[in-house]
Amino acid sequence: MIINFLFAAIKAGTPLLFGTTGEIMTEKSGNLNLGVEGMMFMGAFMGFFVGFHTGSLPLALLAAFIIGNFAALIYAFLTVTMMANQNVTGLTLTIFGIGFAKFFGEIMIRKAGGSPKLSPEFMITISEKPIPVLGEIPVIGKLIFSHNPLVYLSVLVAVICSIYIMKTRAGLNMRAVGENPAAADAAGIKVTRIKYLHIMLGGGICGLGGAYLSLINGGGVWNNSSVVNGQGWISVALVIFASWSPMKAIFGSLVFGAFSVLQFYAPKDIIHIPNAFYVMLPFLITTFVLIFASMRKSKTGSQPAGCGINYFREER
Amino acid sequence: MLKMKKFWVLIFVAVMALTLSACSKEGKETSNTTDFKVAVIHIGDPADGAGYTYAHDLGIVKMQEELGLSDEQIIRKNNVNDTDAVAITTAMEECIEEGADIIFGTSWGYMDTMEQLAAEHSEVIFSHCSGYKNNGSNMNNYFGRIYQARYLSGIAAGLKTQSNMIGYVAAMPIDNSEVTGGINAFALGVESVNPDAKVYVKVTNTWFDPTLEGQAAEALLDMGCDVITQHGDTTAPQMAAQARGVWGVGYNSDMTKDAPEAHLTAPIWNWGAYYTKATKEAMEGNWSNDNYFGGMDDGLIDLSPLSKNVAEGTEEAIEAARQRILDGYKIFEGELYDNQGNLVCAEGEALADADITGAMNWYYKTVEVK
Repeated sequence: MIINFLFAAIKAGTPLLFGTTGEIMTEKSGNLNLGVEGMMFMGAFMGFFVGFHTGSLPLALLAAFIIGNFAALIYAFLTVTMMANQNVTGLTLTIFGIGFAKFFGEIMIRKAGGSPKLSPEFMITISEKPIPVLGEIPVIGKLIFSHNPLVYLSVLVAVICSIYIMKTRAGLNMRAVGENPAAADAAGIKVTRIKYLHIMLGGGICGLGGAYLSLINGGGVWNNSSVVNGQGWISVALVIFASWSPMKAIFGSLVFGAFSVLQFYAPKDIIHIPNAFYVMLPFLITTFVLIFASMRKSKTGSQPAGCGINYFREER
Repeated sequence: MLKMKKFWVLIFVAVMALTLSACSKEGKETSNTTDFKVAVIHIGDPADGAGYTYAHDLGIVKMQEELGLSDEQIIRKNNVNDTDAVAITTAMEECIEEGADIIFGTSWGYMDTMEQLAAEHSEVIFSHCSGYKNNGSNMNNYFGRIYQARYLSGIAAGLKTQSNMIGYVAAMPIDNSEVTGGINAFALGVESVNPDAKVYVKVTNTWFDPTLEGQAAEALLDMGCDVITQHGDTTAPQMAAQARGVWGVGYNSDMTKDAPEAHLTAPIWNWGAYYTKATKEAMEGNWSNDNYFGGMDDGLIDLSPLSKNVAEGTEEAIEAARQRILDGYKIFEGELYDNQGNLVCAEGEALADADITGAMNWYYKTVEVK
């Protein structure tokens, strides 16, 4: 029972991990992009659309990544080049992304004459199956080595991003831009280019999270209704929970995934709590995390100092 | 600067052209007012290809075919939000202006607005789905005994299960009698062929959420359930059952096309039965404002064709039960106990339809909420 619960928690946490890692990359370069929900929606549509027409998982993921890049590019242009307010632009991107996905989703439904459905071969590619040998280990085999391929991809992306941020020269430059763009500029780092690159990279990773939702959670059927349904917003909250570290985000998304499926696994005959309480839990936890984060004030685990503030070179 | 001017001239011409074409279109439409027109207000879009609005629109299409109406005689208003009184009023008044003689409102939330408009437009018939209001002259409501089909689908599930554990993904908790009545009828159907089987319910608190419905189904499968049924609009529970190689019973439309390896059958609505009847009566001028509450006997409720996955003997068992219902078996006949041990229907009595669809807030004794 516990193993089943944790297994479901990992599955539920995967789209959150994509969204969180993407948003961490964006925020580390000094931009607060609240458009995660919209970018995930666009990724959900593109991933499904390409998967539906080509039957290829790599192409579907690539398409979701590229549409995420494109969505983030709009955001980057508006905030970095045009100096628009970051919060408002992000919210607008959310609304735009949802509209984009539903508009083209409806066209896709009309063309297909009913709900479009992925091919059985595609469903086998994205189904859960144990990895040979490793999958036969008791407990761990089921818990860690029996997932669909996107679960492994999400962890891989998070680990690579973590190494990139903490161990590479490019990652250091990006952190410098996020903490203090003026100082980074003075040191000869190309602030605008770094911001653009990482906002787009972050958007692409969010798009992958959207593809996970439409391909895996949607059961292979496109419905044009809320596939994303707030997961993007939880991802934004998770960034704070993970204190801007992709490695901690792996743990954080597991915790939030666990909360989201807890209502179906909690032994209701022993613990009698109304369902609404379980639905509320992730947000309650976020509130506490925010309180503790503001009390902690540590150097490494707080928001990049330049995050949310546009950088005017002339006002240095 | 000159370029700018040209640009504005172009825009102006385009706008004028559009206005002209709009005028000519309107002219064409008003010339047809002598014909009988049917309007339908949808909460979703028929193009969804499955689920609630799709099922209603199939009914409208069927009515159109049976009565031989032309496309101009059907007015559709799609995606009309049922919590937005202004949007509902606008949509319905447009229908009336276009000459609608009868308006079907398919969602619960249209009820109050329809009542107001019915008072203002006595020449138009207003027919409302799933509500309870009737103004005694030109507004009635319509719904049906879907629990009859739920009972039959329970027979398919009860015969199929090996573990004697059947999972039910429910949209709403115990106080929603539409959902709860469906669960109880299903459980009675299961019990009629398999007294040892139990029905386990998980509530999602939403009518439409593929993620939550899929997660709830997987949690039920993890418990050991080997047949999954649902009251919700997505196919996610059926897909989850198929991925585990077990079985499922869908809802609203035939989900065999979505999960061909898992799906057994689904309780379905044939709204065409009512739409044809009501439109025909209205055209002939003998429409009455009696509320319509249809069942299997007049074809409003049915079971989708049994798939290849059903257990042996299912067809015979369902046919026998169907005959019993057509002969007057009420399903909720005493004596019945709820899962707390209370008597809810005494020996020799039967529950009224109003109680089943409006006041059922107990679970039958073989049902357990998890």
